Amino acid sequence: MAEPKTIPDSPQEAHVTVKNLTMAYGSFVVQRDLTFTINRGDIFIIMGGSGCGKSTLLRLMVGLKEPAQGQVFYEKISFWQASPEVRDQIMRRVGILYQSGALWSSMTLAENIALPLREYTALDSSRIREIVALKLALVGLAGFEDYYPSEISGGMRKRAGLARAMALDPEILFFDEPSAGLDPLSARLLDDLILELRESLGATVVVVTHELASIFAIGNNSVFLDPDTKTMIAVGDPKKLLAESKDLKVRKFLTRGE
Amino acid sequence: MSALCNLKVSRPADGTLLLQLRGSWKIGQPIPGADEVQRQLEAGSGIKRISFDAQELTSWDSGLLTFLIKIMDRGAQAKIDIDKEGLPQGVKRLLNLASAVPERKGARRAVVREPLLARIGVSALALGRSVAEFLEFLGEAFLAFSRLFAGKARFQRSDLYLIIQECGAQALPIVSLISLLVGLILAFVGAVQLLMFGAQIYVANLVGIAMVRVMGAIMTGIIMAGRTGAAFAAQLGTMQVNEEIDALKTLGISPMEFLVLPRMLALFLMMPLLCLYADLMGILGGLIVGVGMLDIGFIQYLHQTRAALNLNHFWIGLFQAGVFGVLVALAGCLRGIQCGRSASAVGDAATSAVVTGIVSIIVATAIITVVCNVLGI
Repeated sequence: MAEPKTIPDSPQEAHVTVKNLTMAYGSFVVQRDLTFTINRGDIFIIMGGSGCGKSTLLRLMVGLKEPAQGQVFYEKISFWQASPEVRDQIMRRVGILYQSGALWSSMTLAENIALPLREYTALDSSRIREIVALKLALVGLAGFEDYYPSEISGGMRKRAGLARAMALDPEILFFDEPSAGLDPLSARLLDDLILELRESLGATVVVVTHELASIFAIGNNSVFLDPDTKTMIAVGDPKKLLAESKDLKVRKFLTRGE
Repeated sequence: MSALCNLKVSRPADGTLLLQLRGSWKIGQPIPGADEVQRQLEAGSGIKRISFDAQELTSWDSGLLTFLIKIMDRGAQAKIDIDKEGLPQGVKRLLNLASAVPERKGARRAVVREPLLARIGVSALALGRSVAEFLEFLGEAFLAFSRLFAGKARFQRSDLYLIIQECGAQALPIVSLISLLVGLILAFVGAVQLLMFGAQIYVANLVGIAMVRVMGAIMTGIIMAGRTGAAFAAQLGTMQVNEEIDALKTLGISPMEFLVLPRMLALFLMMPLLCLYADLMGILGGLIVGVGMLDIGFIQYLHQTRAALNLNHFWIGLFQAGVFGVLVALAGCLRGIQCGRSASAVGDAATSAVVTGIVSIIVATAIITVVCNVLGI
């Protein structure tokens, strides 16, 4: 097994740190010994073949599943050792875009985006309306407030999901397969949107994907999970990995086996 | 001071309105409205441009953006130039992004309250459509059954056995409990009246005939509507959401045969058996009251029950149970197949399956009772 490579030490501030993480379903180990750091402002890619545990890693980082071993740090706080209140506070600063949008189907887009605002801020309804309109405009869905998720297309659902993820102005945005099920143009637009939001909001972005085009277009740091050895086999800027990595599996993945 | 957000409006040059943004413009802060700017725009005739100074802005988020969008809207209405130069880089980019995709014309929905007559008309049309859909479904179900008897229906035997197990054997505990209690209740209510005449032995007749002829079938039917009808609707509804039903159709397999037929068959076969069992449990409930409370002998009670009942009572009860089985399965499957493509639609389908099932059971009981009365059985 190749030694996990680390990126050269940067002066940046660590935002999320994963340390010696092992994740398992019962006694079935999905991945073990994961250690990497996501810096503030990174667009961090979690990549690897299908079934290697990318989405599981994401679920673990956002508190949906407990790790079998190891820790996830948000800044200096160990997420899984913190009290439920502290965990809640951490999660308030996190926005998540689920694979198929995960919009609540019984609510309109406006109600979907307004729900976190209503639950966690003391804003009155006119201010909430303004913010909802802003978020929808940011993802290019201005005027779609009163639509139900079932009435719009898959790409629009995804963008609406992004608007909901951004409702509370999160510091970290997690994306689970953002371009899955989108045509190349829509996928590209979504990538541009992610880049633009990162630039202007200064948020940290974590993306689970296996779309090569997206990986190279937006990622500036990444971890490569291998389903065979059940651990990570590369860390770093995906463009650099393509140019420099000597690991056959990584090269094969990043060049589509050519 | 710098922690709070603060807006200073000034006019450094003729025709220019300068907005100085200070402090933290975050969502939780008391962000000023656009009213003051609006006042300035109205009062100061001749303002041609609005510029910003964000030197002392410490932090910002959506709160600042919504404020700026309001200003930009007002500016656009009054045909005033907005100079975004003074704003932080990120704010400028987000404002551009927000206005990049213009609002699609006609996307916004006007909330129009339809007049009463129009609403009645719409409901009537919807009712007509649902009746037509129901008849179509009934017809298809009938055709599926006729193919079954011709031996040509395509479904998996293992599915049928599984459904029979689910709606037969697994329903026994709840059917036992409910019908035992119904028998007890009938006996109690009857005993109070009959005791006044010293005719408490007729509790056996009351409980026996009531359970065997109607209550056994009705109680089983209602239990199955709540238990199995709802499950059918939720299963088929979820399959509709996951496009599994479409997948069957494109393979040329009729969902009617593959999904609905085994469910209807299973309930049609199991309901009379469950009903028979419910009858027995109801009589047992009456027996408990009779022996425990009214001092009727065990053998005497059974003997009286046997004398009161004849086979006709059983046949009528079992016939009803079979009819209820078909009705509950039809209601569950119809609502499941009609289900929309969202989570809430599945919930609606399950609710509506139970309601339809119970209503049709009661209506069918009324009809059967009247018919039996006319026929004199």
